[in-house]
Amino acid sequence: MNNQSIGLVERKFFTLVEPIALESGECLENVILAYETYGELNQAKSNAILICHALSGDAHVAGFHLGADKGGWWEIMVGPGKAIDTDRYFVICSNILGSCMGSTGPSSINPKTGKAYGLAFPVVTIADMVKAQKALIDHLGIRKLMSVIGGSIGGMQTLEWSISFPSMVFSAIPLATTQRHSALAIAFNEVARQAIMADPHWQHGDYYDGQKPDLGLAVARMIGHITYLSDTAMRNKFGRRLQDKNDFSFNFDADFQVESYLRHQGTKFVNRFDANSFLYITKAADYFDLTSKRTADQQSVFSRAEARYLVVSFTSDWLYPTRKSRAMVKAMKKHNVNVSFCEIEAEWGHDAFLLPNPRLADMLSGFLDRMAKEYQI
Amino acid sequence: MRFDLEVIASWITPGAKVLDLGCGNGELLSFLRDQKGALCTGIDFSEKNIQQCIAKGLTVIQGDINEEVCDYADDTFDYVVLSQTLQQVYEPEVLIKNLLRIGRKVVVSFPNFSHWRCRCQLFFMGQAPTTSQLPYYWYNSPNIRVITLKDFRKFALRAGFTIVSEAAINTDSQEHQGRVVRFFPSILATYGIFLIGDM
Repeated sequence: MNNQSIGLVERKFFTLVEPIALESGECLENVILAYETYGELNQAKSNAILICHALSGDAHVAGFHLGADKGGWWEIMVGPGKAIDTDRYFVICSNILGSCMGSTGPSSINPKTGKAYGLAFPVVTIADMVKAQKALIDHLGIRKLMSVIGGSIGGMQTLEWSISFPSMVFSAIPLATTQRHSALAIAFNEVARQAIMADPHWQHGDYYDGQKPDLGLAVARMIGHITYLSDTAMRNKFGRRLQDKNDFSFNFDADFQVESYLRHQGTKFVNRFDANSFLYITKAADYFDLTSKRTADQQSVFSRAEARYLVVSFTSDWLYPTRKSRAMVKAMKKHNVNVSFCEIEAEWGHDAFLLPNPRLADMLSGFLDRMAKEYQI
Repeated sequence: MRFDLEVIASWITPGAKVLDLGCGNGELLSFLRDQKGALCTGIDFSEKNIQQCIAKGLTVIQGDINEEVCDYADDTFDYVVLSQTLQQVYEPEVLIKNLLRIGRKVVVSFPNFSHWRCRCQLFFMGQAPTTSQLPYYWYNSPNIRVITLKDFRKFALRAGFTIVSEAAINTDSQEHQGRVVRFFPSILATYGIFLIGDM
């Protein structure tokens, strides 16, 4: 492994020709997806890897945008000679439908009114996001993806891909994810959404001409960050240490480091993310249940899967704990699906999949190498 | 490769579907995949072993063998291998019956407790044997079962499965060199390897 970066990259846009028929029954026209690609697509178009991003991510996985000093969100994993090797593979990532990082979402202009959609934007699901990505993959002329990789909500898309379009997915790597959102995860999302909707500036989603519901969105992000860490991670990172002071302030300023950290994360987030997008994407995650629509028997959803899977969970992830991953591995095994599973010992909680981890890198690299051989790229 | 694994590998037909329980760092699986074109799956409890196996491009699942084997449909595999693990299994009969359910044939190997070194330590020194095959004391041993070649044959008869082949082997302490024992295996073999099937 080396630390080389792919270097300068740029965001591209793809406009879907056809409207998308959404799971809700509604139809969405003029959908635009922001995406980035790295590496070269080979002649047989067989070396493509699709990366699916999580809640607040974007299409910028690796490399640097012009003038930026910070690389993409998975710079540590994607690049020349890295685990997801851009010298060998053609890597694609698109911003999800409903987001605000260049793809169509509630903050986009509604062609019917000339104003931002706001709540007029239809509720989208993980399957809808995947449907939009599929149009992009078709547009790129790729008939089968060598691998689809994603963590968290990106992992949900990865699973959805392998079930919605089984013949297009040679392998799938769902990381730190679940096949159905739990009551606990829905509960945290609901509290976060309530924080946004209780902000007087939210205005039922119609705030794009005035002040934004920044306070609500910041609180929503703070709640999120609690679920991304773990008890151990918080104890090690913050403990009861105070922030820039030796004694309590006896008021409601941020005394503790953990308070200061959460406030900082909240404030930072409002500068780059749209509150309505947060509502839509968390709702999509809550609706996610790979098994429910298709069949009454939870086990049999994988009977249609054609992909080889690598499932990875992390010991301290309490948002999508190991037992969730084990449940899907169990269902895959019952249906004779080729699956590998590893639970990585890590104290950083749900966020672990994004942090530097040579063990994860070795596994991804080895698994992809095997896929390249089996798919004969 | 470990000598007992070489013997096991020689029993596996090319292109077979194989499940290796307690697959370690994937030594046997890599060999079977590369040399015999076998379709291999491994199960191991250790995260480190699993990572090494996945990095080598093997299909493996991290988990407890007793639980993991329950998920597979009947006759999923041609061979299920349980090497040097039976002596640590809490319910051997339940496990072996389950293995015969998910596999057509099962390979079992274990250290032979009636080897002369074990016999001598017990007979002359009056102490529980510790050998290079069983390098533990009674208080720290993970090996909760003591099995001899004869015991296993009796067990097969009682539990109702057939012994298709068996090999008694003697290995050195690194276990990479070894030979098949034909005379007095009960006394001279360090390991027994059995290929079993349904009655």
